[in-house]
This record gives sequence, C-alpha cells and structure tokens, in this order.
Amino acid sequence: MSQTMAVKNDPFGSASTGKLGMWLFIIIDGLSFGGLLIGGVALRAGGAFWPEPGQVLNIPLTAFNTFLLICTSFTMVMALNAVQKDDQKGLIKNLILTILGGFIFLSIQGYEYYHFIAGSEHLAEKLSHAGIANATNFIPSTSIYAASFYIVTCFHGLHVLSGVIFIACVLAAAMQGHYSSQNYDKVEILGLFWHFVDLVWILVFTVVYLI
Amino acid sequence: MAEHKQSFITKYIFSTDHKMIGRQFLWFGLFWLFWGGLQAMLIRWQLAFSGQAVPIVGKLLWPASDGIITPDIYNQIFTMHGTIMIFWAITPLLTGAFGNFCIPLQIGAPDMAFPKLNMLSFWTFFLSGVVLFISHFLPDGPASAGWTSYPPLSTPVGGIPGQGQTLWVLSLTLMGTAVLMGAINYVTTVIRYRAPGMGYFKMPLTVWGMWLSAMLNALFVPIIAAGLVFLLLENVFGTQFFVAGNKATIEGGDPLLYQHVFWIFGHPEVYILILPVWGIVSDLLSTFSRKPAFGYKVTATCMCIITGLSGIVWGHHMYTTGMSPLLGKAFMFLTLLISIPSSIFFLNWLGTMWRGALRFTVPMLFTMSVVFVFGLGGLTGLYLATVTSDIYLHDSMFVVGHFHYTLAASVLMASFAAIYYWFPKMFGRKLNSLLGKIHFWLTFVSLNVVFFNMMALGYAGQHRRLFDPYVFDFIKPLQPMNFKITMWAFLLGVAQVLLVINIIWTLLKGKKASKNPWEAGTLEWTLDYPIPHGNFKETPTVYTGPHEYSNPLLKDRDWISQSEPLEGAS
Repeated sequence: MSQTMAVKNDPFGSASTGKLGMWLFIIIDGLSFGGLLIGGVALRAGGAFWPEPGQVLNIPLTAFNTFLLICTSFTMVMALNAVQKDDQKGLIKNLILTILGGFIFLSIQGYEYYHFIAGSEHLAEKLSHAGIANATNFIPSTSIYAASFYIVTCFHGLHVLSGVIFIACVLAAAMQGHYSSQNYDKVEILGLFWHFVDLVWILVFTVVYLI
Repeated sequence: MAEHKQSFITKYIFSTDHKMIGRQFLWFGLFWLFWGGLQAMLIRWQLAFSGQAVPIVGKLLWPASDGIITPDIYNQIFTMHGTIMIFWAITPLLTGAFGNFCIPLQIGAPDMAFPKLNMLSFWTFFLSGVVLFISHFLPDGPASAGWTSYPPLSTPVGGIPGQGQTLWVLSLTLMGTAVLMGAINYVTTVIRYRAPGMGYFKMPLTVWGMWLSAMLNALFVPIIAAGLVFLLLENVFGTQFFVAGNKATIEGGDPLLYQHVFWIFGHPEVYILILPVWGIVSDLLSTFSRKPAFGYKVTATCMCIITGLSGIVWGHHMYTTGMSPLLGKAFMFLTLLISIPSSIFFLNWLGTMWRGALRFTVPMLFTMSVVFVFGLGGLTGLYLATVTSDIYLHDSMFVVGHFHYTLAASVLMASFAAIYYWFPKMFGRKLNSLLGKIHFWLTFVSLNVVFFNMMALGYAGQHRRLFDPYVFDFIKPLQPMNFKITMWAFLLGVAQVLLVINIIWTLLKGKKASKNPWEAGTLEWTLDYPIPHGNFKETPTVYTGPHEYSNPLLKDRDWISQSEPLEGAS
C-alpha cells in the first residue's frame, strides 16, 4: 500500500509519505525536547539554585562527545551520498562508522553518569565548591539542577540509542542490497532522524552545559 | 485489490485495516464511557446522599467503609471520572473510532498512510487503558489529585499517599504516545492519500475537523509529555521540580510550572476533542437539511483560525494564580477572540438548516442538539474567559456545568450522532430508529437539566470537588437542587441502556442497511458493506464537493456522490 495518490500541484511538494511522517515526528519530538529544556530554564529563571557552567559538569569531555556526534552526521550524509551513487560498499562503511560514533557517544555518556552516580571524594569536593553541600554523589534527587540535567540528557541518550538501533536495521537491509540509487528513501528518512538527534544535542549541550 | 486471506488474529485483533481499528476503538471507548459514567453516578450519589451507603454496588466496592463513600474514595472517583471521560472515552470514540473509520473512506484512500503504526497506536492505547484499570485495584486506590493532577497533591511531598498517581502518569504517557502515532498517521494520510480531484476544499468537514485536531495533538501532546516526565520523576526518583516547600527555599521548585505546562496542552486538548465534533455536525446538518453546508470554506477557515488561537490562550485557566493583571488581560483578549470565528461557523450551521428540507432522523436529532448545547456551552464560556467574572466563578460548579455542556454534552451527543449515522457502514445494519429517538429525548432532556442546574449551583456559590458541600451553611439550601440533579443524572445514566440494547439487538437481528441509507454524497457511501481491506476497487476520481444536495442540475434525486460528475455543470 505504498502508492501515493496525492492531488497534483499539492502545496506540500513531492516528499514521500514516509518522509512526511518523519518530519511530523521530528516536530513532535522537537516540542518534547522543548518542553523539557524550557521546564529547566523556567525553574532557573524563577530562582532555582544553579551552579556556574563547568563547576559540576565536565565540559571538555562533553565537547569531545559533541564533536563526535557532529562527525557521525557527516558520515550519515556520506552514506546517503554513497547510496545515491549506487556505491554499496560506501553505504555500508559509512553506516558502520555512524553506529560506531553513536556507540562511543553513549559509552562516554554512560561513563559520565557512572562517575556522578557512584560518587567520589573528588566529586564531593567539586559539588561543595559549586554550592551543593553534603552531597557525595550527583543524582536526580540531589537538586533541581541535577534532575534537569538527567531528564534532558537521558531523554537524548535514549534517542541516540534508538537511532543506533534504527541504523542497525537499515544496515542489515543494506547488507542484503535492498537500497540503490533508485530506492534510498529509508536511508534518507534515517538521515533526517539522525541529524535531528545531533541538532538537538547541540541545543542540549548549550543549555545544560555551557550557559 | 484482491481480498487476501487473513487469520482470525490478523483480521480481528492485530489488524492493520483502518476500519477494524476504528471498530476496536469504538468498543474500547464505549467500555470506558460506561466505566466513567458509573463513576459519575457515584459522584452524584455522594452529592445528594452524603454519608449514606451506596446501594447494590457499595458494599462490593468498599467493604472497609460498609459501602459509604469516604473523602478519599470521593477524590479518587472524581479524578478517575474526569481522566477517563476525557482521555479514554471521548478521545477513542471520536478521534479513534470515527477518525480511523472516516478519514481514508472519505478522502478515497485505500488505508491510512502507516497501517502498522495505526495498529501500534491502538494497542498502545489499549495498554494505557490496562495500566489505568489496574490502578483502580491498588491498596491505596487510584490517583486522586483531580484530572488536572496539580502539585503538590500529585507529588510525594505533601501529596496523597499511594502509587495511584504514578500509574496515572504512566498510563497518560502511554495514551499520549498512542495519540501521537495516530496524529502522525492522520496528518500524513490527509496530505498524501487524497484521491485525484479531492482538493483540500473538497474534503468533507469531518475530515477537516479530524485533520486539524490531529495537528493540535501533534503540537501539544509533546508538551504535556514533558510535564508528565517531570511528574513521573517526582513520584519515582524524588526530584522536586514542582515542590515549593521547605526545601524550595533553597531550591526554587515551582508548582505553577506544572499548571502552565498542563494548560499549554490542556486548552488545545478541549479543541482536540471538539474539532471533530464541529466537522461531523457541519456535514450531518448539511446531509439532513438536503442543502450544501452554508459557507463551507468559511467554516473550514474558521476552524483553522481557532486551531491557531487555541494554542495561545491557556492562561485563562490560571487567572486566580496571581498572574500579572496585564498578562491576564492579554489572555482574556485572545480567548474572547475565539468567540468570533466560533460565532461565524455557528451562524453557518443555522444557515445550513435555514429553509432546508429537514429530515428528522436520529443522527439529525443528535446533531441539532449539539448545535443547541454547544451554543449554551460556548456562551457560558465567555463568563469564564473574562477575568472579572472568572475570579468569582473559578473552581465552582459553574465551571463543571460549562465544561460538561461543551464536552460531555456536545462531544457526547456528536459521538452518538456519529454512531447512529455511520453504524450502517461500519456494521451493515441500521440502528432502530424508534429506540434511537427515545434514547435521544431522554438523553437530551436529562442532560440539559443536569448541566444547566450545575451552572446555577456554581453561581450560587457551590465549589466543585467538595466531598460534603453541606458542611457550609450557605450551601445547605442547595441540597434540594443537588438532589434533583442527581435524580436526573440517574435517568441520564439509565437512558444509555437503550443505546446498548439497540446496538446489541441491531448487531444480532437488525435490518440490513442499503448502500446509502441517508442519501449522502461523501465517498464512504459509494461502497458496499462489508468494505474489503483496501477499500476502493478503483481509486475514485472526485468531481463535486461533499455537499451537493438539491442542486438544480440534478434530475431524479436530490443528491450526488462526490465521485460522479455533475451533468451540465460548467
């Protein structure tokens, strides 16, 4: 049931049904992120305690992570470019690179979480320096700041995870030679999602870490 | 399209056919309507016979209190009544059942754009219902912070004990996910799957209503999802986003943040529920007045304008939260602006009926009653939109009456209209008209007595959600009125049995309906029952608008299907 029967001269152009669905999903998802980010910002504006940037969160480490994620956006573009030129090897290679990038991103985030949840004397010192006294670890109930951090980064992390799974599915199909220069809609839709996840991360990084 | 073989499971349970999913949503919604309706009866019992044991079911439900409704139980009942009716009864009925059933058929599509997503949407919705249902059997009972679940009542700090609130949040999140899947499907289907010739201004207004409502869902359900995630963390991980208390003196959590998030979604939500109603009413009025819908394009445009405005008026639910007077006035102005497009299409409805050849069938009776109750509901909304009068009426029974006039009355009556109208196409049989008419008159009269008197109660000062209002001396004289409302509410409840009987009897023994029993012009009536998976044998080409009734160019009948060219038209 994949035939498209839209009226001619449709003002919404010739995007495929799947692509249109993904765009709608991106709008919905963007608004969810907006709700979570603005929630934190509103509390902060309302006078909730907020440490200075870099006092608690490790900016250089996450900056590297951000760079990594932007690189995976690049490899995703290369994958689409490859399939448009019927370059099956290039498609598979770039998809694998993207998965790898997403995986490393998640690992670094997991390391960051572990470091916060396990706690250490060094962390306790850092926290008390930032104004959070008597805390040996940094968990959602530590403060509103901590909760906002976890809620947004965890929501994004789940997106990266679903993205990695999504890429794995497309990769499996690509290995069986499902895609070609005539049929690459799925790859393009996957790209839309992945770029969205990257773009949102840049916002999250800015709002949660840098400001 | 050839009919392919399907097993029982893929045909009736995990079906990807939009018509089957629509029917599933219909039964699902009707079940919850019944459940929420029972809770309404219990609320009315308490308000009329405060402190007396509920007969028959009381001892079964609450053996601990000997069948008497305690304050805790009362809070749980009105919370669940509101939650269930809004999210699990009328959402599945109109958007779920008739959105699914009508959109592809009325635009000439073989199915929804994403049939599997559609199936997933129903089953996620079903799962959310299961979670909510289970919450009734928790040791501390279900959520009891009101359907709005304002903090601090809904948070562990200073809130109500028990896991009911957590399950409430979980089920609502699941429900939101299901609704979003539906929204993606509806919007995409209308944009991509219209048959050749079916321009946007040739779509039936039902489709317009469903489409706009899906867009609002897509835009605003994510906001409440964010709020629900916050609330979930409050309940599960002990965060304090919404707590203004001792810890808040350092932390600065804000209960108002939840109210904002809730109403940013909550106000569009009422339009999400009412937009399909406007569409259905516009179409049905035209069909049964045997006249084109008066000002079709204007009605569609007005619905679009209201869709836009509905997103920027949420503050009118929060006038009493100490919001800045300037902000209050801005929200008041924007809210009152909505009355302009609303009045325009309301006038269009009257214009449609004006000098038409009215056919008083059961769906028409229900549709006309929507015009009446929606008019009343809309007018009383003005008092709540105006800051000065709202300060007095806020959180009173007036709000309850107004809200029930717009949602319980308008949406419910339109759901009934839709059930009576599309039943022949959904199940091949026409519901009994005499039973339907008795059902209509009982429902219409009792519903008006109940909700109109509620507004009077509120005007006299009775607050809503009071467990025992008569502890206040000034409410004591209102007891007889409450008693009267309760009696009529019971009649309203009992009257619904007629619908149940009618549906069961018709499904078993009802008269087989002809292909186009209402002589309507929209595309679904060109198909024979049962409609095969894939709907149209050949994709129809659309020539005329959806309401070409009594066109002078028509010779032997007064209607023409949208897929027939009009002879002699230029």
